[in-house]
Amino acid sequence: MVSGRYFWMLVATSLVLAAVPARSETIQVTISKLVFSPAAIHAKVGDMVEWINKDSLVHTATVRDGWEVMIPAKKEGTLILREAGEFEYYCRFHPNMKGSIAVTAP
Amino acid sequence: MSIRLIAIALCFFGGVSLVQAADKPTDPQIAHIAYTAGVIDIEVAKLAIEKSKNQAVIDFAQTMVRDHEAVNVQALDLVKKLNVTPEDNDTSKALSQAATEERTKLAKLDGAAFDKAYVENEVAYHKQVNGALETLLIPSASNAELKSLLETGLKLFQGHQQHAEHVAAELK
Repeated sequence: MVSGRYFWMLVATSLVLAAVPARSETIQVTISKLVFSPAAIHAKVGDMVEWINKDSLVHTATVRDGWEVMIPAKKEGTLILREAGEFEYYCRFHPNMKGSIAVTAP
Repeated sequence: MSIRLIAIALCFFGGVSLVQAADKPTDPQIAHIAYTAGVIDIEVAKLAIEKSKNQAVIDFAQTMVRDHEAVNVQALDLVKKLNVTPEDNDTSKALSQAATEERTKLAKLDGAAFDKAYVENEVAYHKQVNGALETLLIPSASNAELKSLLETGLKLFQGHQQHAEHVAAELK
């Protein structure tokens, strides 16, 4: 049985943990046969997106008039999300490849 | 590109296969055709990178070099793994001959005339190669890995065709 003192310690610990901002996460997007998967992801400011390219082709994740990540063949490309918003991106070399990231404030 | 020659060669294959199924291209021939088709597009793209002043045309040509070189590396790796020696054939010969004629024609053009001719040729060429992949090469391929590489290639080249059509529309 948990004594009263221990119970309050647990409560206090939980409160402290809840007060600490959620840690940033890494969200993975796989590229295979010219498709971003999952095509739509949700993230928070501070999270990292990692594109894992399984194709033998070079791809990019490009936002028109915005950021661009080069993703070499059979390698990874990463981006840390710095601002909130809805970002539609595509591959500049293969414009049929499309994806989106919905970024919310942390 | 003068596509007629390729069409004739492909019709030849198609015609023969109607008579005798065994006459469809073999895997070593398919590998040769696919590789040759890639080399042709790389060579003409290099000419475009050298001659064109239009950024959209240059970007497109650079993608052609990058992608077709990557696919051809994969094709070479695969034939090595399968211990297959690509085999020259009438379709490959017809493709190469038509390509040489087209490059000679393009080399004489400059500026906007070159850009237009190059990009329109790219649309026609990819359309032709994609048609051959869909109706002849993919159905004829017997090795599963070769078939899969051709299928991925088709998807990629359909994208190239659309990309070329988009650039062609921008040039008008």
